[in-house]
Amino acid sequence: MSLSVDISHRLGAFTLEAAFESSGRLTALFGPSGSGKTTLVNLIGGLLRPERGAISCDGRVLVDTASGVFVPKHKRRIGYVFQDARLFPHMTVDQNLRYGRFFAPPTERTGSTADVVDLLGIGHLLDRGPGSLSGGEKQRVAIGRALLASPKLILMDEPLASLDERRKAEIMPYIERLRDETGIPIVYVSHSIAEVARLATDMVVLDAGKVAAAGTAADLLQRLDLLPDEERDEGGAVFEMQVKSRDEAFGMSLLTSPVGEIHVAELDAETGTTVRVRIRARDIMVATERPRGISALNVLPGRIAALGTGTGPFADVTIDCNGQEIAARITRQSAATLGLTLGMAVFAVVKSVTFDRRNTARTAAGASLPRGTTSNPLVS
Amino acid sequence: MQWLLDLTPDEWNAVRLSIRVAVVATVFSLPPGIVIALLLARGRFWGKSLLNGLVHLPLILPPVVTGYLLLLTFGRRGPVGALLDQYFGIVFSFRWTGAALACGIMGFPLMVRAIRLSIEAVDRRLEAAAGTLGASPAWVFGTITLPLILPGVIAGMILCFAKAMGEFGATITFVSNIPGETQTLPSAIYTFTQVPGGDEGALRLTIISIVIAMGALVASEVLARRAGRRLEVE
Repeated sequence: MSLSVDISHRLGAFTLEAAFESSGRLTALFGPSGSGKTTLVNLIGGLLRPERGAISCDGRVLVDTASGVFVPKHKRRIGYVFQDARLFPHMTVDQNLRYGRFFAPPTERTGSTADVVDLLGIGHLLDRGPGSLSGGEKQRVAIGRALLASPKLILMDEPLASLDERRKAEIMPYIERLRDETGIPIVYVSHSIAEVARLATDMVVLDAGKVAAAGTAADLLQRLDLLPDEERDEGGAVFEMQVKSRDEAFGMSLLTSPVGEIHVAELDAETGTTVRVRIRARDIMVATERPRGISALNVLPGRIAALGTGTGPFADVTIDCNGQEIAARITRQSAATLGLTLGMAVFAVVKSVTFDRRNTARTAAGASLPRGTTSNPLVS
Repeated sequence: MQWLLDLTPDEWNAVRLSIRVAVVATVFSLPPGIVIALLLARGRFWGKSLLNGLVHLPLILPPVVTGYLLLLTFGRRGPVGALLDQYFGIVFSFRWTGAALACGIMGFPLMVRAIRLSIEAVDRRLEAAAGTLGASPAWVFGTITLPLILPGVIAGMILCFAKAMGEFGATITFVSNIPGETQTLPSAIYTFTQVPGGDEGALRLTIISIVIAMGALVASEVLARRAGRRLEVE
């Protein structure tokens, strides 16, 4: 699938001018509040009509002001999961789930109600009314409802924003399964790096109504300069790594990838599976010689590929480890004391305890395969 | 108690006629009532305040004035009445249908107000959500909007029905007070009070009016609660 957007739209004093293309399985629209993320998904979903521009999805023109094309939202076949679940209060969960299915042409219906109910774990809620559900349950039902309408694209507008950390943790795995098992591309609006790092394959960074950057999540998450101040602490490298072995005695897992080997605690994944690991830039220490007598288990040798100092108290060091880049954030003072220069051989040191459940996530088998070859049990 | 149930044929006619007039007035007002309420709640068009004023006019005008205007317009020689008579054979003046028309017009603003308020209370984001799920605007109205405004629609119907049951001024001006044809409960009570010894009949019909009004009120409460029960949990 490919999504192509090139629009400009004015709302009061705010102007959104966005142009990007994405063919990712989950494209995150990332940016601070007021950067135009929701306006953009509303334009894609057909809830708003752009002043100028065109949007097409898989070659199908959804809107093009130049040729006067505007496909109304009920004909776009784009599922929309809103921040507030928007379940219909006069219907049961079951009726809510079946609502969109009724309107999908029978030949184009994908998946089955039973599979979706199973995928989202909402079987015990079917006879209840939306009013009696928790926030997390509502959001799961809303995801199921959008999914059962057999959409060609799913939009999610900060589906986790109104939930507390526990509920977020409860829903994330379902969104991961949705991404890996259904094959329906997702556009996911978020202002949280933790969510983006865990879920996104691709990323579009919006700032004040403009596209600041677009590309793969792995590339953009390293660019600390793109992140807003309050989220900069969360930025860092994202790698897909294989579980090489498990040490039950210490409760540790050994992960491997071209970047090197990393020890992670409390990881609930079998040997041989692929997991996504985020190493926050601020969690990395930089050493000029291999440290000894240190508790940190992970020491990754590499060379300094880029050094951003500037005038602030911090320095952003990009370390090339076997062709993979890791961003590290240290103080400018440390950089000066160590005499860091481009091309210098250094060691990136990471404590294993910095990998909490929020930045190690399971990815399904096939998730790291090239796009479009993902196994697809729901759409069979 | 026997005297209460011992109705004369004319009194029975008045009770039956009143109920028939009120039911017909309410049922025929409903579709245009919903359309006008939708227009007023959501429409953006030139002359919206004019339409709003026109709908509410019967509420403010003296009923006799409304009745007289109806007589001028829908009377046999009136511009609309003559056309209807000539092409469709429909006659309103001095018929029970005229009483229903007068009652419908008088109850219409009450009905539109109740429905309009409930439409304005509908969360339009739910309608947008239904749209993204593939429902066309007509389906959205039928499956989302209408069920959500049902309590308001029921309230509007009951208000219209109650107004129609009690309508006097416009009715008597437009279609007069003919026993068995246009003599509704209020007209009958009025007639009783104008003749010596009519007290007993007037009281009988008064009590019957109260019973019918209370019955309608209770029925509306039950219906509205049933329609609104699932909405309240949210």
